Amino acid sequence: MSSLLKVDNIHVYYGSIHAIKGVSFEVNEGEVVTLIGANGAGKSTTLNTVAGLLKPKSGTIEFEGKSIVGVPAYKTVFHGMALCPEGRRIFLQMTVQENLEMGGYSRPNSEIEASLANVYERFPRLKERYKQVAGTLSGGEQQMLAMGRALMSKPKLLMLDEPSMGLAPILVEQIFDIVKELNEAGTTILLVEQNARMALSVAHRAYVLETGTISMTGDAHELAEDDRVRKAYLGES
Amino acid sequence: MVFFSYLISGISLGSVYAIIALGYTMVYGIAKMLNFAHGDVIMVGGYVCYCALSYLHLPAIVSVPLAMIACTVLGVVIEGLAYRPLRQAGSLAVLITAIGVSYFLQNGAQLIWSATPKNFASVVHFDLPSSLTSLGLSSEAIVTVGACIVIMIALTTFVNKTKLGKAMRCCSEDKGAAQIMGINVNRTISMTFAIGSALAAVAGVLLCSAYPTLQPTTGSMPGIKAFTAAVFGGIGSIPGAFLGGLLLGVIEAMAKAYISTNLANTIVFAVLIIVLLVRPTGLLGKYAPEKV
Ligand SMILES: Nc1ncnc2c1ncn2[C@@H]1O[C@H](COP(=O)(O)OP(=O)(O)OP(=O)(O)O)[C@@H](O)[C@H]1O
Ligand SMILES: [Mg+2]
Repeated sequence: MSSLLKVDNIHVYYGSIHAIKGVSFEVNEGEVVTLIGANGAGKSTTLNTVAGLLKPKSGTIEFEGKSIVGVPAYKTVFHGMALCPEGRRIFLQMTVQENLEMGGYSRPNSEIEASLANVYERFPRLKERYKQVAGTLSGGEQQMLAMGRALMSKPKLLMLDEPSMGLAPILVEQIFDIVKELNEAGTTILLVEQNARMALSVAHRAYVLETGTISMTGDAHELAEDDRVRKAYLGES
Repeated sequence: MVFFSYLISGISLGSVYAIIALGYTMVYGIAKMLNFAHGDVIMVGGYVCYCALSYLHLPAIVSVPLAMIACTVLGVVIEGLAYRPLRQAGSLAVLITAIGVSYFLQNGAQLIWSATPKNFASVVHFDLPSSLTSLGLSSEAIVTVGACIVIMIALTTFVNKTKLGKAMRCCSEDKGAAQIMGINVNRTISMTFAIGSALAAVAGVLLCSAYPTLQPTTGSMPGIKAFTAAVFGGIGSIPGAFLGGLLLGVIEAMAKAYISTNLANTIVFAVLIIVLLVRPTGLLGKYAPEKV
């Protein structure tokens, strides 16, 4: 297995706030890797830094062996990574189809038709509503749209920031099923979640993030059995 | 008959306001800033066209595009030098800078072209049959209204159908999300200024063709009126700018004709205030106007 993303000892600041203090992790091709951690641990900051929205003060980030530190966010998508951001951030005033087309912004126009068909096949609900303005979709549909939009760029690495946030349990399960399917279809996934139980059940490997540093790492199933993880993140005693 | 001629002059003036307001509204919608120097770009457009016509003896068909190109470059340079460094700054800092740019352009124009008004020869004049002119129609009015409608349709199509236009709508909604789609936000904002400024040049030429006195302050009152029109129609909204511009022009013309020439501007702004009290987002607006 070759390494797709390699983050080494990054430090990220918001002004004087030291949010990420030397985080290192790796995502191999074909894997689902999850970053779990409590509120404010730095999960979103880490993903946003990889995507290029934030710049690390020090440390290296390699994607397919090439350094992407300092590459702005609007270029990282052309390297083959897509971020499905926290809170979905779909374009509420645009239609479902327009949102998806924007997801394919980095691809040649000739590919858009096929990618759309592909996304609609995976999310038939979106196809039914392709002309609907995104702001009027339900929360679950908005999440599907956000994921569909990210898939439109045909990413090698799909980064999902809390895709289950605010969804009913049945939808949460559906979202994680989709994550599994996407991975089986060949997409490498970096998943950030507060729902540690679900995240550990679909992931191959996991990293636990605690106030800006990695406190534990290992095989996802082993971590799910670990006492400290069970106490802190799975709500067991 | 007299009413009809007032109406025509109102619609024609309103069309100029609408073209300027479209520039205001696009920049506001996408960069979320009020470019108070927009009115002065109109004046620069007027001068460039005037120079091309009078000094270089170029035909109008060359002079007008030349003015558009000059204003496009000016708009992009203003954005890059004055506004881009303030992207993360508060809106007050940006506003003050825009006012500074406005004075800079006015004084720069005074330095280059002096404060003495120039007599601008209409570039859109052609003879109409007397049956039409007796109604108060002029070739300038016809061209201005026609240009306004064409620009409005072209802009709407551009924003809804083209890749760049859609990218602009993304930037207007969420710049962070736009970036992760692969959209270069800085370049998109630049393009918005380019389009707005090219429109300002068109507005400048049409304005000077209808009201031939050209001086460094020529753009400032129409600029403020057009800004009012953009807010009136709902700032950020393209059809809103169009509607707001037309209504403002007609209200102004009617107020001048039937109430008082001196009070016309007061009446225009009174109507604005009433509309904003009833509909704070303007007639067609989605965004709440920024308090300034
Ligand atoms: N824009 C910002 N300005 C200043 N501090 C910030 C900013 N964004 C995040 N932080 C701080 O950085 C730290 C990490 O935040 P981050 O959003 O990465 O956490 P998270 O793990 O994603 O949390 P959550 O699960 O609640 O989404 C927090 O202490 C937060 O307060
Ligand atoms: Mg987060």
